[in-house]
Amino acid sequence: MIPAPFDYVAPSTVDEAISALSEAGEDAKVLAGGQSLLPVLRMRLAAPSTVVDLGKIAELRGVREDGDTLVVGAMTTHYDVQRDPLIAEHAALVRAATDTVADPQIRHRGTFGGAIAHADPAGDLLAPVLALDCELVLAGPGGRRTVPAGEFFQDLFTTALAPDELLVEVRVPKHTGWHAHYEKFNRVAQAWSMVAVAVTVRTDGGGIAEARVALTNMGATPVRATAVEAALVGAPASADTVRAAAEHAAEGTNPAVDGNADAEFRKHLARVLTGRALTAAIG
Amino acid sequence: MMTATVEPEVGKSRRRKEDERLVTGRTRWTDNLALPGMLHLAVLRSPLAHAKIVSIDTAEAKSAPGVIAVYTAKDLDPDGSIGMPCAWPITPDMAAPRRPVLADGQVNFAGEGVAVVVARSAAEARDALDKIDVDYDELPVVLDMEAALAEGAPLVHEELGSNRNAVWAFDSAEAGTGGEVDAALSTSDVVVKRRFRQQRLVPAFMEPRACVVDPTGPHLTMWSATQIPHILKTMAALTLGLPEHRLRVIAPDVGGGFGGKIGVLPEEMMSLLVANKLGKPVKWNETRSETMLAAHHGRDQIQDITIGANADGTVTALKVELLAGLGAYNGLVGPGVPILGAFMFNAIYKIPAYHFACTNVYTNTTLTDAYRGAGRPEATFAIERMMDELAAELHVDPLRIRERNWIAHEEFPYTTVAGLTYDSGNYEAATEKAKELFDYDGLRAEQEKRRAAGETVQLGIGISTFTEMCGLAPSRVLGSLSYGAGGWEHAGIRMLPTGKVEVITGASAHGQGHETAWSQIVADQLGVAFEDVEVLHGDTQSSHKGLDTYGSRSLVVGGIAIVKAAEKVIAKARPIAAHLLECAEDDLEFAAGKFTVKGTGTATTIQDVALAVFAAHNLPDGVEPSLDADATFDPENFSFPHGTHLCAAEVDTETGRIRLRTYVCVDDVGVAVNPLIVEGQVHGGLAQGIAQALFEEAVHDEGGTLTTGTFADYLLPSAADLPSFTTARTETPSTTNPLGAKGVGEAGTIASTPAVVNAVVDALRHLGVRDVEMPMSPMRVWRAIQGGAR
Repeated sequence: MIPAPFDYVAPSTVDEAISALSEAGEDAKVLAGGQSLLPVLRMRLAAPSTVVDLGKIAELRGVREDGDTLVVGAMTTHYDVQRDPLIAEHAALVRAATDTVADPQIRHRGTFGGAIAHADPAGDLLAPVLALDCELVLAGPGGRRTVPAGEFFQDLFTTALAPDELLVEVRVPKHTGWHAHYEKFNRVAQAWSMVAVAVTVRTDGGGIAEARVALTNMGATPVRATAVEAALVGAPASADTVRAAAEHAAEGTNPAVDGNADAEFRKHLARVLTGRALTAAIG
Repeated sequence: MMTATVEPEVGKSRRRKEDERLVTGRTRWTDNLALPGMLHLAVLRSPLAHAKIVSIDTAEAKSAPGVIAVYTAKDLDPDGSIGMPCAWPITPDMAAPRRPVLADGQVNFAGEGVAVVVARSAAEARDALDKIDVDYDELPVVLDMEAALAEGAPLVHEELGSNRNAVWAFDSAEAGTGGEVDAALSTSDVVVKRRFRQQRLVPAFMEPRACVVDPTGPHLTMWSATQIPHILKTMAALTLGLPEHRLRVIAPDVGGGFGGKIGVLPEEMMSLLVANKLGKPVKWNETRSETMLAAHHGRDQIQDITIGANADGTVTALKVELLAGLGAYNGLVGPGVPILGAFMFNAIYKIPAYHFACTNVYTNTTLTDAYRGAGRPEATFAIERMMDELAAELHVDPLRIRERNWIAHEEFPYTTVAGLTYDSGNYEAATEKAKELFDYDGLRAEQEKRRAAGETVQLGIGISTFTEMCGLAPSRVLGSLSYGAGGWEHAGIRMLPTGKVEVITGASAHGQGHETAWSQIVADQLGVAFEDVEVLHGDTQSSHKGLDTYGSRSLVVGGIAIVKAAEKVIAKARPIAAHLLECAEDDLEFAAGKFTVKGTGTATTIQDVALAVFAAHNLPDGVEPSLDADATFDPENFSFPHGTHLCAAEVDTETGRIRLRTYVCVDDVGVAVNPLIVEGQVHGGLAQGIAQALFEEAVHDEGGTLTTGTFADYLLPSAADLPSFTTARTETPSTTNPLGAKGVGEAGTIASTPAVVNAVVDALRHLGVRDVEMPMSPMRVWRAIQGGAR
């Protein structure tokens, strides 16, 4: 498991990292926690000319408040996200999904931004980011720009990031007091999701005031289950509402076929798991 | 001299003395070795499953940085005369292709070696692989066993004229061990037929395969992460025409095998050839993906089983028709693996008529060979599934039907319809204990309740009352099965001047804990401290004879050889002790390491005798100054561990997800030398057997490419995916060896797979489900429910 030769740079600021990316051209790869990139390099599925390691950039780590928004540094590890009090209070869905990522060793190395920029449709953080209408802050040679999650995820492993851009921050709108649940279905504990459902709802009295539902691994990108959301909003928080809403879960999805499941089974799972996620979230 | 009551070592749950170095990795793994001037090999593997090699252009690779040489078959074996050995030609007419060291004009499975790069560093060798250009002419691929046997099928090996390797059959009427099967079936009240598929598995040992060859000096020395250093030495000599007495093979610490390191590897042979050619030490190691692609797989059978019974549940006949997939070539013992199963389909049951026939088939896939249990898990799976199916057909409890048919404990020794004589066993006791620990009646009641309520999550109970033949094996029996070697094992004991003891064993451990268990045996036999014993193994220069470790044979063959050697040491020490104590030999008794003059306090220890022998100043006339002794033990019979495993599985009928709730196993492995090691073996075995039922499968796509080439696709369970096991033992000593031991290496793997599948089918039977193909993925379970409901 020896990667092809590459140049390695480890800048200490975002600006230096962007310069390094610009100099290296299209063949550069960004190393965040390395949980996805290193296997790819070792199996020679990629052979970048340069690897730009973000591990020494302190400004990319940590979670802070900015008014109604939480700002999560791209290099914040899953472990730190799990233990962050702001995340727990204002973005319970992010916390719930992060809890299901792989195992403790990986959560200590893997990063929030790295997982999002990698854009593996089976990754667990994409659906919450989409569901919560997060914004992705990208830094490039021309400065910073902000992209909504709905536009960021473009295809399998493909995002709005230009080759010389870095994902530096994720802006998570506060969902304080919302109920959240991430229902993950996989074959073994450490495996990627076959299908997963991210749900967060705000209840008001006995009814559902707002709902956000997104699906993991039901297409090339995370999928927002808008028909499910529409069926929930304004309805009473009841088993009947959940059952009727969950029926819409597979609408507009185009799931992959692999050794674990075909499209029909994935769609079936999406409906069942959406029902369970909603039931768990509403309590 | 102190008198102390000595607590026997055998039976103590000692922690393993080898574990500190194994667990920390601070030891001599093959890949940790570095020799001066050592070169590194990397093997280019075929991406295609079946193709003619038109040309191989190595020019660019040869000029790449650090590259010393690039070899193809033509360079390493210009005559095309070298073929990898198969030690188990199961029939005189077995069709056997030559398996070259590197593909010679044609590749027959994806992953077969095509060229080897030799470079100064492993990285340079790997880089140069990308610079070799191979031009292939694709051939039609045959992957499915039934398709391979059909008229006009593409042939894996054109020269054999067929994809059939051999047909091996056993018939109880012909053998005189029972009746005629078809006659018995035709008069049975009920006949149940099922087809089961034993999927391909990857023996996922922790340490990938590796070897180092050093041609420097008078010997050609090879270190290899192998289970079989002794067999490898002899086979390497035969395969390459090397002088056996100038070969030395060392299996240093080896990180697991599970049968997957019983092989004479093309990579080992090419390492020997390259080292000899260049006169330099070389190292080969592999990536995990190479292991999955090119190391042998296990299982791969299609089993057509027919069982007949009377209305009261008494089994009348069993008919077994197998297709066994060998892959593209014969492994070292690959063709014989299904034959080991032939003796186990009848299991613990009194079956009056039995017919077994196995057709071995070549396909364009990775070869198969021994994998933990080797033939016996496949057999146990089939019979234990059939007993459940028969019970369902007759509407009786599956435990009842087993009780009705099993050999009662007072019937031992019992000669089975397959011709083996089981020396001992107590199926009643193990089953009773398991039922109690499991709360069988309580769980059955809960199952009824869930069914009646139509709950989403249903509960099922799976049973496996298994036995296995262990301790391979009486040499004569192996001979009668056309196996290429015997089944004896060797041991030596050296008494050192300071009273310490070196034990030499031919059973080379690769994780089993031999060093600890053997020390316990020797401590008891010689009456020395556990800490005073050191076990040497795995180096053909110090342990010159052996048949190595597989088939749960180490303790019941190798361990007995140690007992025999110890007896010889004591016999040699006795006249010397008598001389030193100035008494007659007959006046001495030996206990707890001491020779004592009967009825007196006068005594000497065997360790004192060892010092006296070393000095040799005062020995009886004509006695050689040595206490050292060797023994080679050939067992008179197999041993037959058994047990009752009970599994409670919850099945989510909406998602198909299976959760194992309770797993109870009561194993009878005879006398346990070290109960902690026994428990560890059972735990690991259960995990592997459960993994076959639920998770693992090596899958080739329609072109013959392995699609499960990493652990992302080939699913191994972790502790998080398994229940907490309840293990217990009954102890019915084997009557065929002085320790009363039976072997435990494979028990958990053999027993657990059918227990889990039976549990899942039991949970869903009321929904019309009669089987779920392994591995029982959520999708398969869900589809089975959909199909059953239709």
